[in-house]
Amino acid sequence: MELFVFVCATAMIIVGALGVVLRKHPVHAALSLVLTLFGIAVLFVAQHAEFLAAVQVIVYAGAIVVLFLFVIMLLGVDQVENLKTEPLAGQRWVAGVVGVSLLGLLAAAIYTGADSVLSRGEGIASNVAGDNPDANIQQLATSIFSDYVVAFEVTSILLVVAVVGTVLLSRRRTAGKP
Amino acid sequence: MNALVVVPTTTWYLMLSAVLFTIGTVGVLVRRNPLVMFMCIELMLNAVNLTFVTLGRRLNDINGQAIVFFVLVVAAAEVVVGLGIIVAIMRRRSGITVDDLAELKG
Repeated sequence: MELFVFVCATAMIIVGALGVVLRKHPVHAALSLVLTLFGIAVLFVAQHAEFLAAVQVIVYAGAIVVLFLFVIMLLGVDQVENLKTEPLAGQRWVAGVVGVSLLGLLAAAIYTGADSVLSRGEGIASNVAGDNPDANIQQLATSIFSDYVVAFEVTSILLVVAVVGTVLLSRRRTAGKP
Repeated sequence: MNALVVVPTTTWYLMLSAVLFTIGTVGVLVRRNPLVMFMCIELMLNAVNLTFVTLGRRLNDINGQAIVFFVLVVAAAEVVVGLGIIVAIMRRRSGITVDDLAELKG
């Protein structure tokens, strides 16, 4: 069963990711990104991270991609990009070499190092086997609001700074003021 | 459970996230539309999130998921600021690609 879920989600993720890179139209790329994000959410559920799957769908698919689509529509940059011409000579070739070597490096690291990662940290243990989804949320909440409460507060400051900065950045300048 | 049933191991998940990260990297290198480049960065962030959740499950540790939570928040902030910058630039000069933004070049 998990194999079936994994194969389906993998197909969604890979097709969506290739769609982001290869589709000419930015709107199509954004919709392919939604496919990838849903695939990741499916894999989160398969790995008993139910809360993160919900947050993934709400924040990524619901907020971030919608923001992308808003900006695409707002700026009218939804013209088809010509993927045939290469702006910099040899760029595709170098990118292919970089991609293949990066993939080889990561695969080598995974095959040699994945089994050596065995020591647990000092965090709260998650007994994922046969747990109900509520336990995941409770463990995550206990971890965030006890071990990482300072980081959580700093994160809220970061969000406020980001919102204020964006409002300042994208504000239309009036004629009199600089 | 039947012993013949193949269960995806940690390595499978890690390989999938490696492939996803590579696709995102190649996308950033190849595409010239700043919005699409942003989407490719999101692909890379999602690959890392998948790695965190996978290893958190393998090690029975909730910290992997806590980190993913923070990554999600920071990604949201990053997208907001980045799109604000893109809007501010594009409002002056529409139809621009990242290769045209070379004013800061010495």
